[in-house]
Amino acid sequence: MESIIGFFNDPYINQVLTLTGVYLITALGLHLITGITGQFSFGHAGFMSIGAYTAALLSLHLDTPFILNVFIGGLAAGLAGMLLGFPSLRLTGDYLGITTLGFAEIVRIVFINLDITGGARGLAGIPKNTNLTIVLLLVVLSIICMYRIHNSRFGRALTAIREDELAAEAIGINTLIYKVKAFATGTFFAGIGGGLYAHLIQYLNPSDFGVSRSFELLNFVVLGGLGSVPGTILGTTVLTLAPEFLRFVKEYRMLIYSALMVTMMIFRPHGLLGGVNFRKLFLDLVNRRLARLAKTKDVGGK
Amino acid sequence: MEQIQTFFQLLPQQLVNGITLGATYALIALGYTMVYGIIQLINFAHGEVYMIGAFVGLLMVVYFKVNFFVAILCAILVCVPLAVLIERVAYRPLRGSTRLAPLISALGVSLFLQTLMTLLMGPNAQGFPQIVKDTIYTVGTVKFSLVQVVILVVSSTLMVTLHMIVKFTKVGKAMRATSESYETANLMGININRIISFTFAIGAALAGAGGVLVGMYFNSIHPMMGVIVGLKCFCAAVLGGIGSIPGAMLGGVFLGVAEVMGVALGFGTYRDAIAFALLILVLLLKPTGILGKPIQRKV
Repeated sequence: MESIIGFFNDPYINQVLTLTGVYLITALGLHLITGITGQFSFGHAGFMSIGAYTAALLSLHLDTPFILNVFIGGLAAGLAGMLLGFPSLRLTGDYLGITTLGFAEIVRIVFINLDITGGARGLAGIPKNTNLTIVLLLVVLSIICMYRIHNSRFGRALTAIREDELAAEAIGINTLIYKVKAFATGTFFAGIGGGLYAHLIQYLNPSDFGVSRSFELLNFVVLGGLGSVPGTILGTTVLTLAPEFLRFVKEYRMLIYSALMVTMMIFRPHGLLGGVNFRKLFLDLVNRRLARLAKTKDVGGK
Repeated sequence: MEQIQTFFQLLPQQLVNGITLGATYALIALGYTMVYGIIQLINFAHGEVYMIGAFVGLLMVVYFKVNFFVAILCAILVCVPLAVLIERVAYRPLRGSTRLAPLISALGVSLFLQTLMTLLMGPNAQGFPQIVKDTIYTVGTVKFSLVQVVILVVSSTLMVTLHMIVKFTKVGKAMRATSESYETANLMGININRIISFTFAIGAALAGAGGVLVGMYFNSIHPMMGVIVGLKCFCAAVLGGIGSIPGAMLGGVFLGVAEVMGVALGFGTYRDAIAFALLILVLLLKPTGILGKPIQRKV
């Protein structure tokens, strides 16, 4: 027991785990947009940065409580997502992807040029309020949210849109409104993740939220298994920890990481847990157990 | 007021600079648009092919003291097999898979090439030796440097060649058929794999040449140069209407001019945002780009 507590108290382990949690919350937002609704977003980090800067500036300039700041950061990102969503969600597939990417780049460049965000020097001195407990709590809450959404009328409408937008429209789903709602919810989670990130790293720089970060988040969602919450959790955890475990290969780290990305996609194009149905697996297991039990009973009876 | 006046005085000069920049964008945008037209994939590794072209050009110029023409040729000779290899290894096994799988694979390749070149060449920007004399020609109030003339001549030659290949050769006809529908093209006896490889090869040749030209123009190249230029050129391709070859040329030049004008009007710090803002605006007005065909929705 002692050693377990010691393990989590180790600053390095603690930091890495907290960061994984923060990314997980952000990735769950993208999971809702890309995995459930089937809309491409290549600019998730942009929304993360909106949340991060909003929360950080509130913490630095107003004396509002930390959790409230993070929440407002999330709302700001969600609002931005909604504003971008209304005009651009009329576009489909790659067009939407490239628009969101462009938006994230614009956000980044605006943050570089603003004075209040500290420009290219970045924003330093943010209080360290994020800790493992809060993040774990929020992760659990987000996961519950995802499952609740998934099994609701709203979630089923989103899945219908992913499967076939035209058919969804034909059965009376207002696809634009639903897509905007999904987008706003997803970007809200990105904003929450951003706010937590700001109060964990204590320093923000616009270049942290560039294209590569957006694609990293997309990787989290796709490599684990698109459209599956356990997949997103697995993908995020593995990919956040992988660079830490790959530290021993030093400068070849990113080389291996990127080669893994390509091989992963070739051998499991649906992601690690893509197409794995946990409920079915569990039921199969139980059924097999029962069948074996019944068989032994039969044998014993004779 | 004064600023606007000087802006109009400098307008012809800015146009020349913009078109030169736009010509290099167009060269790279063509690779995106052709590949997208055939297999509906945003080939994120294309920007890295362009970066490698620039480095090959640099190495040839530094170590073998060749002239720019040979440098461009060598860049093309390296980039073409590279792109064909990328397609063979990272995209072909994923054909017919989900939309996102090849995209992630492309991102992986792009990251791989960036890291590889950073390891080989170092992360810092490297100067490109001056291989074209810095002669300046003056026509009226407009000044052309020799580099600009070279860029305009080389890129227009390449684009005209491309147009000829696509329009008048058998392989070009096959390319056009494949981009209409590759199942049908397959039924007509076209070897789809060969055509797709050929498309990647042409795109890479243009990108490699573009890399050397940009290196000569800006005198500086580095392993990350492909990222932002790649994205901008993809924007150019979408602006013009993705899948359309004249669209990519138009989009590239349009973007180059807009960027130079934006900088001239005092938005220098927002330089990279101009392309994306323009893209979003155009897509909102015309969702498939300037020369794009409307998307048909079928059940």
